[in-house]
Amino acid sequence: MTGFPWLTVLIFLPLIGAVVLFAVKDASVRLVALGMTVADLLISLPLWWLFDASSGQMQFVESARWIPTLSINYKLGLDGISLPLIIMTTVLMPLCVLISWHAIETKVRSFMAMLLIMESAMIGVFCALDFVLFYVFWEAMLIPMYLLIGVWGGPNRLYAAIKFFLYTLAGSVLLLVGILVLYFQGGHTFDILQLSQRSYGVALQIWLFFAFFAAFAVKVPMFPFHTWLPDAHVEAPTAGSVILASVLLKMGTYGFLRFSLPMLPDASRLFTPLMVVLSIVAIIYGAYMALAQADLKKLIAYSSVSHMGFVTLGLFMFNIQGIEGAVMQMVNHGITTGGLFLCVGMIYERTHSRQITDNIGLTKPMPRYATLLVIFALSSLGLPGTNSFVGEFMVLVGTFLWSKIAAAFASLGIILAAAYLLWMIQRVAFGVPAAHVLPKLRDLNLREMVTLVPLAVLIFLIGLFPNPVLTRMHMSVEKVIARVIPLPQEESSALNQQVPPSTQQGLTTNVDLTISREGPHTPRFSDIATKERRP
Amino acid sequence: MTFAVGDLFLILPELLVITAACVVLVLDPVLRGPRKDVLVWFSLGTLAICMGVTASQVSGPTAIFSGLVIIDAYGAFWKLLLYFVTGLTILLSYSYLKEERLYFGEYYGFVLLALAGMMVMVSADDLLTIYLGTELMSLSLYVLAGLKRAEPRSLEASAKYFVLGAFSSGILLYGISLLYGATGSTRLPEIATAIASQGLSDPLLLLSTILLAVGFGFKLAVVPFHMWTPDVYQGAPTSVTAFMAVASKAASFGAFLRVFIEGLGGLKANWSAIFLLLCIATLLIGNIVALVQTNVKRMLAYSSIAHAGYALIGVVAAGRMEGSSGIASVLLYLALYTFMTFGAFAIVAMLRKGDIEGEEIEDFTGLSKRHPLAALLMLIFMVSLAGIPPTAGFVGKLYIFKSAVEAGMTWLAALGLIFAAISAYFYLRLVMVMYMREPIDHSDTAPHLVMSPTLSIVLACTVAGVVIFGVYPNPLVSFAMQAVLILK
Repeated sequence: MTGFPWLTVLIFLPLIGAVVLFAVKDASVRLVALGMTVADLLISLPLWWLFDASSGQMQFVESARWIPTLSINYKLGLDGISLPLIIMTTVLMPLCVLISWHAIETKVRSFMAMLLIMESAMIGVFCALDFVLFYVFWEAMLIPMYLLIGVWGGPNRLYAAIKFFLYTLAGSVLLLVGILVLYFQGGHTFDILQLSQRSYGVALQIWLFFAFFAAFAVKVPMFPFHTWLPDAHVEAPTAGSVILASVLLKMGTYGFLRFSLPMLPDASRLFTPLMVVLSIVAIIYGAYMALAQADLKKLIAYSSVSHMGFVTLGLFMFNIQGIEGAVMQMVNHGITTGGLFLCVGMIYERTHSRQITDNIGLTKPMPRYATLLVIFALSSLGLPGTNSFVGEFMVLVGTFLWSKIAAAFASLGIILAAAYLLWMIQRVAFGVPAAHVLPKLRDLNLREMVTLVPLAVLIFLIGLFPNPVLTRMHMSVEKVIARVIPLPQEESSALNQQVPPSTQQGLTTNVDLTISREGPHTPRFSDIATKERRP
Repeated sequence: MTFAVGDLFLILPELLVITAACVVLVLDPVLRGPRKDVLVWFSLGTLAICMGVTASQVSGPTAIFSGLVIIDAYGAFWKLLLYFVTGLTILLSYSYLKEERLYFGEYYGFVLLALAGMMVMVSADDLLTIYLGTELMSLSLYVLAGLKRAEPRSLEASAKYFVLGAFSSGILLYGISLLYGATGSTRLPEIATAIASQGLSDPLLLLSTILLAVGFGFKLAVVPFHMWTPDVYQGAPTSVTAFMAVASKAASFGAFLRVFIEGLGGLKANWSAIFLLLCIATLLIGNIVALVQTNVKRMLAYSSIAHAGYALIGVVAAGRMEGSSGIASVLLYLALYTFMTFGAFAIVAMLRKGDIEGEEIEDFTGLSKRHPLAALLMLIFMVSLAGIPPTAGFVGKLYIFKSAVEAGMTWLAALGLIFAAISAYFYLRLVMVMYMREPIDHSDTAPHLVMSPTLSIVLACTVAGVVIFGVYPNPLVSFAMQAVLILK
């Protein structure tokens, strides 16, 4: 596709911003960083409307030769799965700058530069259509995040930073081997779309599945690879926690959806029971751990483990409800948990403690804060009308179609979420504050309101009108499902004849067929539960 | 044997370097004080001319001096790399020797002589010529390693290097003599023909292969022949260490690959099994022992051992497959390794603690406060050494592991990557110390970086290489691929 290189600009604008930061005066560093992230947001927003929801194909595709000797290309593109995640990222980044306005007082310039580099890498991960390019962005995030935790983090930051780094690096080690093996098995290409169309032997798929699993499961993090998460969250500065929880964790599940499912459909089906069990364990275990936490950040960190369990559960249901619910949940968890971490950061700025016992009874002195905190918490526990309800409900519907027992266990997670979040709210919002902290409890100022209100608005917007998001991802999700659950024999052979020999643009016609078979329709949230899973 | 005068033009770079070395040695006693700087600029000028001459010799292979020496793209690749490293070494030494108050004009003479030896090594097509080059290089390096005469550590380094170096040269020579006995020649193409015609039945062949592997193993510093490396790297003046870690390793790999691919290509299956063992041992010892080092020079010494291990993965892969992409990945890896390792050593060399070098990891504490830019550069070098994108180190590893997978050794690639992940720990420890600890010592003797124009040039060149080739490695990749076409 020719035209304006939206994605390149989107990726590299923050990076340029990071360089510019070192040329401006001390006083204007924060403003420049804010300006850059807002500019990136403004560039990303038109994509939401320019995106053609009736197509499951990659859009805004850019391609250039990068390393021809290994046929590595600089290839970018968006589909309905990556679009919401990118918008979520660009929405969150200005908020990360705002929350760090006064919270970060040392080496502000470097801090903001790290945030901007992170933004570049994160958007790059969601856009990359070349496996090596993906890996470069994927790994390039490690160092800035390591520094964010290690330089600006809490008292135990050194331990947390190196633990985060080594866990994620060790996880992605096998990913690179897997990518190289795919290169030779898939016809000497790193093109993600082309690799997703080939079929590989089952034994190879199993090996590759575990190689990918190591990378993605650590990032999600799935039980039992989650132990880096509480440490990293607790020690990271607020902006770092938000980036970690809202965006970085999504990369693991995005990896499953973009690579494991379409490239390794047989292995994915084979390991569904394993993934379901691990997901349900994560849901329940994460929730139980959250119940026991006295530190607000740790509580939210463990709740993330639980909520991300829903995402992995939904992904491996291979039905439209499960996977769409999972993508919804990815976006929603980003918004909700981001909001919760921002709230914790704000109270920490005032009382310098994240312990629940030090921050009780905030409703009286800080009504605006308490209101927003309650909104985020209720969203997190999946109250109908909020965004998380949509995602979790769809995942549960998808799970129910697969196995009623699994759905029953997963529902436990929602009940436990209600328990730990309401208990937290009860103490933090409605207790009686200690007299000596009262003077510190100023209510939110304008900057802090600007930080939190957009997320609260999004919570209700998506909660009440999920269809704009669902329609955009529908065709792309259909395409993934068509890969994992093959079509009946005669249809697929007819399909093969339709596939043009040249896959220059790496576009598949599977989707067109799906449309013609089911007839063009706009999916509605109200009719999702009625569709049965394909044989 | 015939001697053609025309051949002399083809070895013009070697002649120029040797002449320059002699001129430097002669002029040194004549010039006094600051005038000695002339020698530095003279040496650099010579390198620039050589670079131009060699760049024009990239074309097809020409055997000269009855086949003792061969001028080809493969040799040109290494030579250009060696000029570059030698230039950086001279620039770094200019600042470093002043700080150390080592005023020896011979220094530059010996650096140039070592370079001449390395150039002979990479363009020799005959085992004895290679041996000649190896000795010229090693003898010069023995002297350079012991240059800090007042310091016992430096003398120990020199003596240790000499004893073990002489020992390994003996083994190498013994291997050469056995190979001569088995094949009747010391010329690589003739050895290859002899092996092809008479088959592999001769046990002498295998024995001589092992001896050659051991001899080169010492020069390449691969486990278990690495024992000298940490002590020598730590004791030698840091500018010399950088030179040894990069240039001597590159030249040794250059000669080593030519001998084993061109001469002993028929024994691929045998030697790739030997190098597989050495490779795994090297990765294991290099990376694990580096974890516990407290001295940055020692850590970088073990790191350079480990990186030889990664390069050996490419060699093993080259032995297990048709085509030359495995060897190309080794060339690429060593070229990229040059930038990051030299850059790291340059910063270590110029970090001063009072009068002495600050080479303990502790001395880097809080460097980001005092010298933000230098800390950033060190961060980039460390990240690159750990092989994390988007740096040169990642590109090098990508090609090496790609060769391993191509040769059907996916498990070796996985093993190498696991060790790369382990190595990230000790590289990042330095980053952690620089960025996440506050400086304790605020007195005048606190470690600080001595910046100078020449050091700036060195750092600019190395960091540019790490970043540019990390993002756009194409030119270097194409050159490496062109260079190895000859070795079939």
